Amino acid sequence: MNGAESTASPILRMEGVSKRYGGVRALADANLTVFAGRIHAILGENGAGKSTLIKILSGVVAQDSGRIVLDGAEVAFDSPAAANRAGIVCIFQELSLVPDLSVADNIAISNPPRRFGMIDRRAQRRLAEEALDRAGAPEIHPMALVKDLALSRRQMVEIAKALARKPRLLILDEATSALTAADVAKVFVVLKRLRQEGLALLYISHRMHEIAELADESTVFRNGANVATYLAGTKTDNEVIEMMIGREYSHIFPPKPVARAKAQTPLFEVRNLNWADRLRDISFTADAGEIVGLGGLDGQGQRELLLALFGVLRGVSGEIRVAGAPASPSSPHAAKGKRIGMALIPEDRKTEGLMLPMSVRENLSFAALQRVSKGGIIDRARETKLVGELMDLLEIHAAGTDIPAGSLSGGNQQKVVIAKWLMAEPRIILLNDPTRGIDVGTKQEIYALLRRLADQGAAIVFYTTDYDELIGCCDRALVLYDGAIRRELAGAEITEHALIASALNISSEDVAAGATAQ
Amino acid sequence: MSEWRYLLAQNRGTLLAIAFFVVMFAIYTSNHPAGFTANVVQTAANKGVLLALVAMAQTFVVITAGIDLSVGAVMVLTNCLASWIVVGSATSATLGILGVLLTGLACGVINGLIVIYGRLQPIVATIATGAAFFGLALLLRSVPGGDVYSPVADALTGKIFDVAPASLVALAFVVLVLWVPYSRSTIGRAAYAVGSSESAAYMSGVPVGAAKFFAYVLSGLAASLGGLFLTFVTYSGEASAANANTYTLFSIAAVVLGGVSLFGGSGSAIGAIFGALMFRTIGDLLFVFNLDPLWQPLFQGLVLLAAVCVGSARVFQVRNRLELFP
Repeated sequence: MNGAESTASPILRMEGVSKRYGGVRALADANLTVFAGRIHAILGENGAGKSTLIKILSGVVAQDSGRIVLDGAEVAFDSPAAANRAGIVCIFQELSLVPDLSVADNIAISNPPRRFGMIDRRAQRRLAEEALDRAGAPEIHPMALVKDLALSRRQMVEIAKALARKPRLLILDEATSALTAADVAKVFVVLKRLRQEGLALLYISHRMHEIAELADESTVFRNGANVATYLAGTKTDNEVIEMMIGREYSHIFPPKPVARAKAQTPLFEVRNLNWADRLRDISFTADAGEIVGLGGLDGQGQRELLLALFGVLRGVSGEIRVAGAPASPSSPHAAKGKRIGMALIPEDRKTEGLMLPMSVRENLSFAALQRVSKGGIIDRARETKLVGELMDLLEIHAAGTDIPAGSLSGGNQQKVVIAKWLMAEPRIILLNDPTRGIDVGTKQEIYALLRRLADQGAAIVFYTTDYDELIGCCDRALVLYDGAIRRELAGAEITEHALIASALNISSEDVAAGATAQ
Repeated sequence: MSEWRYLLAQNRGTLLAIAFFVVMFAIYTSNHPAGFTANVVQTAANKGVLLALVAMAQTFVVITAGIDLSVGAVMVLTNCLASWIVVGSATSATLGILGVLLTGLACGVINGLIVIYGRLQPIVATIATGAAFFGLALLLRSVPGGDVYSPVADALTGKIFDVAPASLVALAFVVLVLWVPYSRSTIGRAAYAVGSSESAAYMSGVPVGAAKFFAYVLSGLAASLGGLFLTFVTYSGEASAANANTYTLFSIAAVVLGGVSLFGGSGSAIGAIFGALMFRTIGDLLFVFNLDPLWQPLFQGLVLLAAVCVGSARVFQVRNRLELFP
């Protein structure tokens, strides 16, 4: 910390704030001091605790311990409404707009102007026009329905809505990620003006050049705690990355095979894949025996890419080839069929992976019913045999095959999801962050299993938000940024430094300079 | 873009319902042997207003993306109650009407408490409470009978100045004092927000629980208005299971025809009212074209199916198939 700011009194102070989700520690003794009239940037990689911090400040979740002091008085918010009343307004990454209401209705949603107890539409309209004007988007019609607006317009409405609430502390969580360059410039003018008006701004972004342009000071988070706070311009990009790195390696990964010669026709090949404006010209291959990692910061198109490959999205253009033959699945059902042989281990095992009230046995055979049935009738003996084999193979600890899947521990549930897809005998296995929220022991087992499956000839595409897994588990890593593959790293090139630098979209010269500095 | 385009877009469902109704009713009266006369309109109005009130009740809840399967039972219960207490002198009848409306309100409160604070699914909760309400109705009127204060009944089911059906005027009055203020109040706005996106509403600091609760309460109140009107039309009370069930199901049909989205968040009670009038006119149309009344359910079903198809055309624009599953 530095002496310059000790003269002013802070508008907000977080002291020793901690938060756990089950066994996962999201924030550990975090401290943060925010001053009025300044833009304070928060930096950190995935899982560093940024979003938990914001959720606590905006009243979405409550901290387990620690104090939040606003204007010298300790506060506790039990809802977003309570935080708003205290003058803390957050612009969320996932939009908080109501799609079926008009722009003006949304801007004035929590406290519309009233006359005789009824909403005064004219006053509301003026208020909305003013707010849109202040946000730099006067061209948006206040009567338009939010659902009819493009994503970037909605984001501008979101900003206008926040301004209409007259915040004292405005939190922007990746608020520019959906905006066009022209909009970003307008928003920056607005933010700088708000700073002049004496607002405190908390700015969360992974775009380093934005932070360089806006922030007066920055705080770096790592492993749920603040590791450094520095004034703008006092640290280079490389020093910032160094501060973001530094987790101890707690996982043990199976050894990687030595690089082999590339096969003539790769088992799995993707060419020029595009979808809406969320996936841009994505091309890559995954050979039999290879684990290809997908990296980058959250929400850069990794999930959409897996869904597109698995036939969930409509209007995907480009080519998908399996063993040299065109194979663009039209649905998950087609994707898992013999001709393509694809499996997707979904992100949320509770909603997309398992039928929680149904038995472990039923869950395990859902994706491969054709293997255990004849003429549409399920052969119970064969089902029981295959289920037993898989439970042994994955060491699923369950009190029996007929107990509900929901009664298993998180780690065992995840193993059931994986086992279910192994039963379908896929050639191509797509995984969407499969180790999130499970214990280290199970993680190790999953890493070993993935390597074994690759050795048996599967091509594996593995999206993970944990950089350690990209480094420890993957033969190659593709780093996505803004829906496109920003960088491909292979073998020893996959370092935390390289991953973070490309995830933040810092130019490759900087990365090279950083690598030599290391 | 002009102001009108936005207004038009936002009220498309309601305007379509009104247009369809006008066309159908024009076909009906022009083919009616008596033509467009006050008597024809009055008969049609009295039948239509009953369903319109129940459809309005349903609308309050459907806007919040819920459903109230007890509206028919509340109507029957309040009908039975009214046949006991809306009798005697003008004063006692007035008190009786108040009692009937309070009973409807109480039914709504019970539904709201169970659904919002008991966290039960609306379908299950309101089937259960609906059965209970009907049970009470049976206890009140094990056999059809009773009476009603006839000056009010005659006035509300008759004609004003021998031209306008009084029931329509009464319905317009209900819309003016109940729906219009509600749709412009913060709690009404909150109901739309909750139905459209509950998480966005919550994150915006909207009182989510209160908005849903209030919707069920108003639903109970509007359903009791239906019960009261049923008493005025029949001059008696009857614990009719057929009435309870058909009015509940028809209220959902009317809501859909009226352009209220079953996913919540859009539509209006005015649309639902015209949906109800439309649904009634379908039956009448068969009558004037001398078709066997046996065709009526089939024909109504087909019209409903067509309306639902039009309403769900948006499905073709979805680009992530996971969004098809709400």
